[in-house]
Amino acid sequence: MHGLINRSLEYFVRDTYGNDVWSDAAQHAGLGFERFEAMFEYDDALTYAVLEAASDILSKPCQTLLEDLGTYLVSNARMESLRRLLRFGGESFVEFLNSLDDLQGRVKLAVPELELPKLVLLGGQDKGGFRLLCTGPPKGFGRVMRGLLRAMADDYGALVFLEDMGDDGSCGEIAITLVQNRFAHGRDFSLAGPEGG
Amino acid sequence: MEDICISQQNLARLMPMSLILSPAGRILCCGPTISKLFADSGLVGRPFFDCFKVRRPCEIGTVADLLAAGRAKLHLVALNDNSTTLKGSAIPFDGGKGVLLDMSFGISVVDAIRAYDLTIGDFAATDLAVEMLYLLEAKSAAMLESRKLITRLQGAKIAAEEQAFTDTLTGLKNRRAMDHVLSRFVEAGEEFGLMQVDLDYFKRVNDTLGHAAGDHVLTHVARILSDETRSEDLVARVGGDEFVLIFHRMTNIDMLNDIASRIIRRLEVPIPFNGKDCLISASIGTAVSDHYRKPSADKILSDADLALYASKNRGRAQHTVFSKELLPDRSEVDLAAEFDAT
Repeated sequence: MHGLINRSLEYFVRDTYGNDVWSDAAQHAGLGFERFEAMFEYDDALTYAVLEAASDILSKPCQTLLEDLGTYLVSNARMESLRRLLRFGGESFVEFLNSLDDLQGRVKLAVPELELPKLVLLGGQDKGGFRLLCTGPPKGFGRVMRGLLRAMADDYGALVFLEDMGDDGSCGEIAITLVQNRFAHGRDFSLAGPEGG
Repeated sequence: MEDICISQQNLARLMPMSLILSPAGRILCCGPTISKLFADSGLVGRPFFDCFKVRRPCEIGTVADLLAAGRAKLHLVALNDNSTTLKGSAIPFDGGKGVLLDMSFGISVVDAIRAYDLTIGDFAATDLAVEMLYLLEAKSAAMLESRKLITRLQGAKIAAEEQAFTDTLTGLKNRRAMDHVLSRFVEAGEEFGLMQVDLDYFKRVNDTLGHAAGDHVLTHVARILSDETRSEDLVARVGGDEFVLIFHRMTNIDMLNDIASRIIRRLEVPIPFNGKDCLISASIGTAVSDHYRKPSADKILSDADLALYASKNRGRAQHTVFSKELLPDRSEVDLAAEFDAT
């Protein structure tokens, strides 16, 4: 698994539950190191091992942690650059949803080695009903997507309901009900970025 | 070809940076994005050439020039700030008397979005500007991570090199390792013999046959030195063609003499390289720890060095064991203080 994914997980645990929890998780998982390098590639097993170790230590299901990770990616100040890249998807939450098909390709342009699952958005004709299909590795990414979608809706100021359509809790298919595209003001975003571009 | 009818509103959506010019060069209407650049002065009704300068092709100053430029790509500057550069393309309009001019930012988009607070909606849906900005930001973030990683790896590399004990060319120990072992032996009061080995005629090999031949000779020498020593001894390359051998618990001069002679004999066997023979020899100087009442690493090294230079002076390809006679003018009293009376 790409270092960017591993490091996101690391920062999420560190920032949310503290450095000690992360150290414990890294040790229990037998990582042999404490810090993931963003530009390295790691064995997938390491990622799942450290996730499960964190789940044990915190007594929270892995799927809950993954969903919280998705929210963290958008809402934590440390991940601002990622939020900005997602906001390039469009001017409103609906435009953002429609840009998700391109996400895999966009990510590949920036970091060719970073493998993300294929996202397909269905629907949109009737009153605000969408379905997002999330297929392929990494395992559990659907959960991350659900957390991320919820946070992005807040970011745009949209009011949405999200529902897992699968029966295995993996969020391979998420139903998105858009109640209001512009419900609140949302967070500011300017193309130019905060300083210097 | 049939004329096409399109409303101003639709034109603005399709080409938000377009202008329509009258035959006299007055701006009749403009797209919403280009008008953001001229929010203070406005554009409609003003002469085009007061608002924009066409830099390429050269000398375009009238609507007729614009039309004559045909398919040429136009390079323009917005005169409101005299810095925003634009790319443009002009086609005849209204029966060939006026001009429809469409523009885009090109590379100046990075500064323009900041200067004019442009949003995603200001760009035509087909415009790749937003993709370019996305890529720029994503690549910058990735590059920043890579730079941080490189800095860390560089630090780790320097640290690893500082801690290295091996000479990468020959696989022998390096000077650091030699210093380490020598000071450990001295501190522990171990007995040992120390040889300084300096290759003779090595420079000639390097100069006449090249550095590849020199490297080949050094690895060959390393193999011989390792062959002639035991596993508990240390063989280190401490300079270009300088080696130090430390023989653990061996201070017997006769044995050391034998070893040195054997090394010199073996080194003098021509070393073939690419069809040529490399001819070298070695001068050796030896000092032994039990020669001293209180041995010190520096002293033993420098005495072995004196012995080595005695070998060189005697015509090279020699072995000399250090004795106090080799020391330059020193009083007997000083010497007695440093050495056991022999």
